[in-house]
Amino acid sequence: MTMPLMRPKRKNPVLRTQQMNLPPAQRGRVALGITAAAAEGRFELQQCEDCGTVQYPPREACHKCLSARLRWRAQSGEGELCALTTLHHSNDLFFRERLPWRLGLVKLDAGPTLVVHLHGEVGEAPARVRVGARLDRAGQAVLIGFPNEGSPHMADDKMLREMTSDPKFRKVLVTDGKTPVGQALVRALVQAGADIVWVGHAEPWKKTGGLEDITALPQVTLVPLDLTNGRSVSELAGEIGGKVDIVINNAEVHRTFGIGSRRGTDVAKAEMDINYFGLLRLAQEFGPALKGRSADGVTSATAWVNLLSVYALSNFPPHGTFSASKAAAYSLAQCLRAEMRPAGIRVINVFPGPIDDEWNQHMPPPKLAPAGLASAIVKALRDGVEDVYPGDVAQEWLERWRDNPKVLERELAAGG
Amino acid sequence: MSKSRRLSYEGVAVAVPVTVPYVRYSTHTAHWFIGQALAALVKESGIPKNEIDGLCLSSFSLVPDTAVGVTQHLGLSPRWLDHVPTGGASGVMCLRRAARAVQSGDADVVACVAADTNHVDSFRQTLGAFSNFSRDATYPYGSGGPNSIFAFITANYMRTYGARREDFGRIAVDQRTNALANPNALFKKALTLDEYMAARPISDPIHLFDCVMPCAGAEAFLVMSEEKARDLGLPHVVIRGAIERHNAFAEDPVMVQGGWRMDRGDLYAQAGIQPKDVDFIQTYDDYPVIVMMQFEDLGFCEKGEGPAFVREHGLTYAGSFPNNTSGGQLSVGQAGAAGGFLGMTETIRQLTDQAGQRAVKDAELGLVCGFGMVTYDRCLCTGAVILGRSE
Repeated sequence: MTMPLMRPKRKNPVLRTQQMNLPPAQRGRVALGITAAAAEGRFELQQCEDCGTVQYPPREACHKCLSARLRWRAQSGEGELCALTTLHHSNDLFFRERLPWRLGLVKLDAGPTLVVHLHGEVGEAPARVRVGARLDRAGQAVLIGFPNEGSPHMADDKMLREMTSDPKFRKVLVTDGKTPVGQALVRALVQAGADIVWVGHAEPWKKTGGLEDITALPQVTLVPLDLTNGRSVSELAGEIGGKVDIVINNAEVHRTFGIGSRRGTDVAKAEMDINYFGLLRLAQEFGPALKGRSADGVTSATAWVNLLSVYALSNFPPHGTFSASKAAAYSLAQCLRAEMRPAGIRVINVFPGPIDDEWNQHMPPPKLAPAGLASAIVKALRDGVEDVYPGDVAQEWLERWRDNPKVLERELAAGG
Repeated sequence: MSKSRRLSYEGVAVAVPVTVPYVRYSTHTAHWFIGQALAALVKESGIPKNEIDGLCLSSFSLVPDTAVGVTQHLGLSPRWLDHVPTGGASGVMCLRRAARAVQSGDADVVACVAADTNHVDSFRQTLGAFSNFSRDATYPYGSGGPNSIFAFITANYMRTYGARREDFGRIAVDQRTNALANPNALFKKALTLDEYMAARPISDPIHLFDCVMPCAGAEAFLVMSEEKARDLGLPHVVIRGAIERHNAFAEDPVMVQGGWRMDRGDLYAQAGIQPKDVDFIQTYDDYPVIVMMQFEDLGFCEKGEGPAFVREHGLTYAGSFPNNTSGGQLSVGQAGAAGGFLGMTETIRQLTDQAGQRAVKDAELGLVCGFGMVTYDRCLCTGAVILGRSE
C-alpha cells in the first residue's frame, strides 16, 4: 500500500529552494526509440521482424539472428521480478538527494531481462510485475516495475511522483477561464486535488457564461491575464510566477477562414497574437520562475501544457490561418520543451481534433467535448506523457499523418 | 567436456611480477603508472627497454590514448602490440595473447601491463560512460554502478541457494587477513565478521565490505620463452592451461554461473590435472558472490554448494583452501584494470618464492581467474589460467 500523500507544510521562506540535479539524460540514438513511445504513454521494445525476438537494451541488430529489421512493438510488460535492491548510495546527485531508492531486475515474459525503477507496492522477489515506460525528470524514458494490482494511492509513490506531474496539491495557472475548455479544465484540476487554480480572464468587463460557477469553487482565484499584452503577462508573473507549479496555456483565437475567403490580415494577426506570441510572452515571463522551482519538494514546479491542435501537424484549409498559427505555436513549444528540459520541467503538447465549441459549429461529429479534453490533459499530467492526441479524430489524423504526410495533405485539401 | 585439441602453452615463461604501489587517489595520469611499471620491469629483469619488443596493455583511464599512444609516450618500438579491453579479465587475456606471440616468434619479450589512475571524480565519470548499454539501461537507474547489478546477482543467489551474508563475510574477512601480510595492501586493519556484518548498506544486500575501493596503481609482468628466462636467470612460472569466454549463458535471466563453467573441462584437460591438485586460487573478487561462483564454476564444489564450501574451508594463505593470498581487490584496492592483474602477479610471486610471509606452503600449482566488464546486467568476460612452478 502506498501511503496517501499529505498536504505539505508551508514552505519556510528563509530556506534556500532546492535546485534541480537531473538524473542521467544521456541515451544513444537507438535507445531514444523507447523515449519516443513513452512520450505518448506507450511501452515499446525492439522486436525482430525476421525471428520475432524481443530484445533489450536496444541494439542495432537482432542479437539472435543478426537481422537489421527491428521494429518498435508495444509490450504488455508482464514479467517476473527476479531480484530487487534498495540503493543507499549513488554516484549521481539526483538519486543521492532521493535515497533510498528501489530497483528491480525483471524477466519479461516476452524474453529480455530489464533493470527497472521499482514501485513501492512491489514486494519481495519473486513476484509478478507489470513493466511500463515513463519519462523521468530528464525527459528520457525509464522503465518502471508496477505491482500487478495497485492500491488507490499508488500515484503518490515517491519514485513515481518524480516521473509524473500529478496535479494533487499543486498550484495551477489556466490562462483562459472564459471558454468551455478552460472551465472544464478548472473543474478537472480541482477534482484531481489541485491546491490552487489561478484562472486567467482577459477583458473582465465582458461577462461570459460559466465563469461565476467556477469562481465559486474554493480553490479558484480569478486573475487578470491578457496574453496579447506583455505588461499584463509580466504583472501576473510578478505576482504568482514563483508559486505556480503547472502552467496550462489554453488561451486561443480560432476563426474559420482560409486565405481567399477574407481580405487583409487582421484576423490572422489576432490568431497569431494569442496562439503564437501569447505563448511566447507567457513562456518568457513564467518559464524562468518554473525552472527555478523544479526540485522544490513533492509539490515542485513540474509541467507546462500547451493546447495546440491536430491541425498543427498538417494544414486544414477551411481553418487555414488557425492551422498556421497552431503550427507556429507547435514549433515554439518544441523550443520551449528543449529549454525547459534541463530544469526538469515537462512540456506537454496537446493536439486535439475539432472541439465541440462555437468555432467548430459546422464540423460534423465526432467532436471532442471540453470535459473530455480536460480529462485527457489531467491524465497526461498524471501519466507524465508529453504528446497527447485526444479523441478519435486526432488519433485518426495522427495515424494518417504518420503513415504518409503527403497523402494526408491531399486528403485535407479535398475536404478531410 | 570436449578434449582439448588446442596447442599447449609449452615453452613459455611468465616472470618478473611488479607492482607500482597503490594510492587511493593520484594526480598522475595512467601514463605515469605505466611508465613506472615498465621501469620496474626493466630494472628487475635487467632487460633493456629496447629489447622489450611486445607490449600488451590494459587500462581504462588512458583514454583517449590506447597502447598506440603509449609507445610514443614512453619511447618504445615494439614489433607486437595489443590493447586488451577486458578489465578484470585482462590479466588472463593479456597472458594468453602474449604467450602465443612468444610461441610464434612474433615477439621475444612481451611486457604485460595494467595500470589506472584514480582522480577524485574518476569513478563517477567512468560509470556514466562505461558502455552503450550502461548509458542507456543501467546508469539512469539509480547510478549505483556495478553495486546495484551485483546486488541483484547476490540477492538472487542468496534466495536460490540459501547463502547468507555471513558466508560472504568469511570470504572478505579471510582476504583481509591475507592483506595484512601484503605491504602493498591499502587496508591495514584486521576485519572481523562482526564488523563485516555491521557495515553500512550500499545496495541491499551489498554492504560496504562487499565492495572494492577504487584506487590508482599498476601491475605488470613479462612473458618470454622459458629458454630466455633461464638464460637471464629470471625466476619464472609456466602456463599449464588457459581459457577464456565472453557473454556466456546469455539466456540466464540473472547471472548464476560464469563462463568458466563452460570451459573448465578444457582448462583442466590442457593442464592434465584435477581441481583438487590446485594449491591455491586467485579468484576475481569484485564482489564475494562472484568468488563463491568461481569455486563452483571451476569445479571445487557443485553449483549451490558454495556457501557450505566456504563454511568448511579456511581461505587464508595458511588455510585449507587459500584464496586471494594478496588480500585481493577487496582488501588491497582496485586499481582499475590492474585489478585484473592482481591475481597474476601474486601467483607468480607465490610460485617463485617471492610471497614472503603469505607464502602458501609447498605450492606447485595456482589457479588465476579473471572476470570483467559489466556492460549491462552481468559481467561478460571470463578467463582462467593454471600456472605451475618451472621444472
